[in-house]
Amino acid sequence: MSGLLKSSIGRKFAMALSALFLMVFLLQHFAINILSVFSPDAFNEASHFMGTFWAVQYLLQPVLIFGVIFHFAMGFVLEIKNNSARTVKYAKNNGGANSTWMSRNMIYSGLFILIFLIIHMIDFWVHEMNVKYVAGDMSGLIDPSNVESGFRYFEELQEKFVPIWRVALYCLGFVFLALHLLHGFNSAFQSVGANNKYTKGLKTFSKIYAIGLPLGFIIIALFHHFNHH
Amino acid sequence: MNLTLKIWRQKNASDKGKMVDYKISDVSPDMSFLEMLDVLNTQLIESGDEPVAFDHDCREGICGMCSLYINGEAHGPDRGVTTCQLHMRKFKDGDTIYIEPFRAKAFPVIKDLVVDRSAFDRIQHAGGFISVNTSGNTQDANAIPINKENADKAFDAATCIGCGACVATCKNSSAMLYVSAKVSQFALLPQGQVEATDRVLNMVKQMDDEGFGNCTNTGACEVECPKGISLENIARMNTEFLKASLKG
Repeated sequence: MSGLLKSSIGRKFAMALSALFLMVFLLQHFAINILSVFSPDAFNEASHFMGTFWAVQYLLQPVLIFGVIFHFAMGFVLEIKNNSARTVKYAKNNGGANSTWMSRNMIYSGLFILIFLIIHMIDFWVHEMNVKYVAGDMSGLIDPSNVESGFRYFEELQEKFVPIWRVALYCLGFVFLALHLLHGFNSAFQSVGANNKYTKGLKTFSKIYAIGLPLGFIIIALFHHFNHH
Repeated sequence: MNLTLKIWRQKNASDKGKMVDYKISDVSPDMSFLEMLDVLNTQLIESGDEPVAFDHDCREGICGMCSLYINGEAHGPDRGVTTCQLHMRKFKDGDTIYIEPFRAKAFPVIKDLVVDRSAFDRIQHAGGFISVNTSGNTQDANAIPINKENADKAFDAATCIGCGACVATCKNSSAMLYVSAKVSQFALLPQGQVEATDRVLNMVKQMDDEGFGNCTNTGACEVECPKGISLENIARMNTEFLKASLKG
């Protein structure tokens, strides 16, 4: 078992499992965000539940943070190790002849996603932590002293997407996420040994997921930018 | 055809090495790539220069001895062939052709285009075999029933000639396609089951110890492999390794 964790294949498994976990999280994140397009009330209710339910806050959130940090850290460690496996580079290398741009540049799409993620965390997560755990306001209300003021989540979301620069940055972040997923989704299944009669269908599904999910996030950002009152 | 060749020249393992330009004329499109290099070497010898060292043996795409990274691709621009099966008709008059050795820390250059691929031999020694009792009562292999699909897949995996194109073309210099072919050819057959656990653990450990990189599933190895070894073998090796690790 200890050999598994130290081996190249063990590292592959770990990368794949953390990626699969993050892809499930992305789907859950999207499911809540898309509510904001159809029903502000439903979005507020779901956000309040996720933001105050103990199991989400104290169990799932730490696991998610660990998963994100692990995936990025392991990605960089593997990149450094892989670069050191070829000390003299080719004078001419035609990588495009046998592999996709996405598969060869996961480190760059990942790096841009990391930058986007840091901005995203500052925009939403840090603010949430301040309100809930520093200021101690777990009410989720616009005015904590007034129950009639309603939940603050939808209003804060719309406010964030007013500046065009932030919308553009988010859209670019999702484009890089799509590029990352176009290789990463299918690659994760290959890494855990799933290359069989279902591979063809899985490849089709991975393309739908890799393009559809980031596109959905882009639509949400644009929707709130153009529908802000 | 008249061509410009940019060839990696390196006197020995410790030499720094550099790309050197050569002009070659009257190349027939029907020549093989290695025959073209033979002509170049004849010219070099006649002019008193050192000929270009390159690996070759059977020149039939079977032995896995020839290598060469040609115009940025392992075994050149053709598919499903080794360098010795590549023909000059794949190039045009006036072309500039880059010819480099297979590059990987685990494949050090010995001289010019010749690299040391003995890392593959050591991986094979670590577990790429089955132990057969030949004391006189050995069971006839043909008497052991084998599922047709598995027999075909095992045969396909066994066609790997160990040329190292997978390592050369992989951006990470990963040897996983090679090792997975050697693991799969036994893992799919009943004769390979007895040593299955030790085989995959030992071969993967040796692969890691040799300094090959980690596979990131770009699929370049499968495309450039002259024998069309499938990525399915890597997925199988991953599963075999996980099972063996949990068991061991």
